[in-house]
Amino acid sequence: MNAPRPPTTRTARRRALTAVALATAALTAAACSSGSSSGPASAASSSGSSNAPLSASAPGVTATTITVGSHQPLTGPAAPGYSEIAPASNAYFQYVNANGGVYGRKIVYKYRDDGYNPTQTASVVRQLVLQDNVYALFDGLGTPTHLAVVNFLNSEKIPDVFVASGCDCWNSPSTTPYTFGWQLDYIREGKVLGQYVAQHFKGKKIGYFYQNDEFGQDGVKGLDYEIPKSMVVARENYVPTNVNIAPQVAALRAAGAQVVVSFSIPAFTALLKLTSLKVSYAPQLVVSNVGSDPITLSGLVEAFAKQGGATVNGNQLINGIITDGYLPSTGNTANSWIALFKKVHDTYDAKAPFDGNVLYGEAVAYTFVAAMFKAGRNPTRASLVSAIQGGLPQGPAVAPYDYSSTSHFGITGTYMGTITNGALTEEGSALTTDTTATGAITSYTGTQQEAPASGVPSP
Amino acid sequence: MRRVLASIVIVAAVVVLLSIKLNAFRDYQIAEIATYTTAVAGLTVLTGLSGQISLGHGAFMAIGGYTTALLLLHLSWPFVIVLLVSAAITAAAGGVVGVAAARLSGPYLAGATLMLGVALPSIASAYPGTFGGDQGLTVVFNAPAFLGANFPLTRWQAWVATATALVTLTLLASLSRGRIGRNWRAVRDDEVAAAVAGIDVARARVLAFVVSAACGGLAGSLLAVITALVAPGAFPITLSITLLTAAVIGGLGTLPGAVWGALVIVLVQPYITNVAYSHGLSATTSANIPIAAYGLILILIMLAFPQGLQGAVSRLLGFGLVPLKKEDTSERT
Repeated sequence: MNAPRPPTTRTARRRALTAVALATAALTAAACSSGSSSGPASAASSSGSSNAPLSASAPGVTATTITVGSHQPLTGPAAPGYSEIAPASNAYFQYVNANGGVYGRKIVYKYRDDGYNPTQTASVVRQLVLQDNVYALFDGLGTPTHLAVVNFLNSEKIPDVFVASGCDCWNSPSTTPYTFGWQLDYIREGKVLGQYVAQHFKGKKIGYFYQNDEFGQDGVKGLDYEIPKSMVVARENYVPTNVNIAPQVAALRAAGAQVVVSFSIPAFTALLKLTSLKVSYAPQLVVSNVGSDPITLSGLVEAFAKQGGATVNGNQLINGIITDGYLPSTGNTANSWIALFKKVHDTYDAKAPFDGNVLYGEAVAYTFVAAMFKAGRNPTRASLVSAIQGGLPQGPAVAPYDYSSTSHFGITGTYMGTITNGALTEEGSALTTDTTATGAITSYTGTQQEAPASGVPSP
Repeated sequence: MRRVLASIVIVAAVVVLLSIKLNAFRDYQIAEIATYTTAVAGLTVLTGLSGQISLGHGAFMAIGGYTTALLLLHLSWPFVIVLLVSAAITAAAGGVVGVAAARLSGPYLAGATLMLGVALPSIASAYPGTFGGDQGLTVVFNAPAFLGANFPLTRWQAWVATATALVTLTLLASLSRGRIGRNWRAVRDDEVAAAVAGIDVARARVLAFVVSAACGGLAGSLLAVITALVAPGAFPITLSITLLTAAVIGGLGTLPGAVWGALVIVLVQPYITNVAYSHGLSATTSANIPIAAYGLILILIMLAFPQGLQGAVSRLLGFGLVPLKKEDTSERT
């Protein structure tokens, strides 16, 4: 083959060295931002399965194993915090495997890094499906990332269960019948927060602070269903790539907002708190569950303040933030679910802090195991879909799931609470609602079942 | 040129055979390799031949990708036309950047293009109505009906991407061997001498950016249809850096080097992750190892083969792909 002549050696080398230096710097930066937690990956000890006729009933299912896959941000911008979720899910799967498995089968959880980059998501999910032959995709994390594969998964008829994102885009049973959401969606959450604000801060001036994507916009949609337009004096948004939010805070302050409702990720809740503090502005904060995990938040507040040369007490600063929760608070040690997940965490994932991310990972894994038990002794891909559509027991969630053949939404309600002394204190019962403008918000009267004594859902 | 055409035909035949023999995921990887080959080839011509650096080539891929997504979404044109229009629009953008770039050199040019790579994808977040914001735009791309309903989409993607890459490589080879390529090399080696010889230096440099951007646009267009989505997150600054390192690893200024570079981008990372994973390391640790390994590979190749993998191949095989006689001696001193 003929090729153009390369540059002379000396210039080539100099140019190459420059490029290497720049590239190395960039790659180092990328590596540094990755999560530090790492969970044990070895399989749990074997326990004898019964002599029941277990067959290889579906791709990814053998007589002894069920292999599921996932894409997760283990490196890159979304890794801090979110990289704890998959190891926590895996910890719960190992607990189930050590306690009889799903009808004797062990769950093998293959989660791969996509760096929160949709191109990587497309690639790793195709590897999981086309090469590793996973039975289902479980808890794929992120809206832009998962959108890159949702059509592919549905055209391949792969169960795409419990997407880790509150976008309402996962609820489309007619076009994406294999995809199911799990966590409380942002519209419902916005409605519940909005009603609370409208009732408890009558006559006050309200400001919005939200992330300018579907997370923030759906949240604002829910808020607007409940908060009269006349009460809202400012609507400020941010993009996660620009950490200077001084202009937004100045605008909220200038508008005289006494209450700020924030649909922000933890880093921007922390920035909102610190930037307000700097200009002696102290509105009452009402924050979405996504951005209010007390352990994550107080750590971030302290870290950011340190970068700016100040020392603050994180727990003291976030005291009094009003938020909501669709899982029991990690501080509620009397709750049987928290006790179970804490026990599993201490055995299989002790290196990570027991925070909201870990709780999320374990709770969604519990829901998957419950769905697998319901899908039958010899599950097929279709039987998992119909098992979920038939409805799932509430489990660790504080309100029922919405699953049916016409709805693929997950958790339908959440309780309100206040952060006190570094933990979320639950206030009142859970409030459930739908995603429409007129749908009522009602107090959930059912009681949450206790966690099973064995820690494993019953068939 | 005859040898170029002959090797193109051979590569095309091999790819078609492989795409039928291998599984669907390998087909997808072939499509990825062809996509990155297209982008890296454009960059290697820019940096290796015309002597200009670009740390923002991901931005050109973003322009090509978004153009393709918008055209397919709103106008549903045939893909060949969409591909060409995407390349043309990106080439125009490359012209604008090139005019600015022609006045800059060295670290200033690197800085300016870096800024482009960082800033441009966020335009999509700023105008969610048109560009779909952070969640991006979904791209629908199917195999043509005459291939039958059961024809695997990944195989069709592999074919389309490979065809585009091969046509691009042929055009670039012909361009770099002609008068334009000679002008680029003259400008790269000595601007004053080139100007004295009657070459319009600025024009040559801008043209290099136009050609290189068009390749980036084609690659972006291919990326959009193989991943079925364009979103700002698909074009991070690390993409631009990866393209440049691929060009360097493959062999700056050589077109076969672009193929080597693309192979490294697509195959090395999952391979190392798999090896780490199968040796019982946790997924979180395994995910971090390729980043370190990639840097290590880059350093080792630069130390052992300053002219990249292509330089190593031609030297080991001992045939005159690259005339190294004079440079060989200077390198040992």
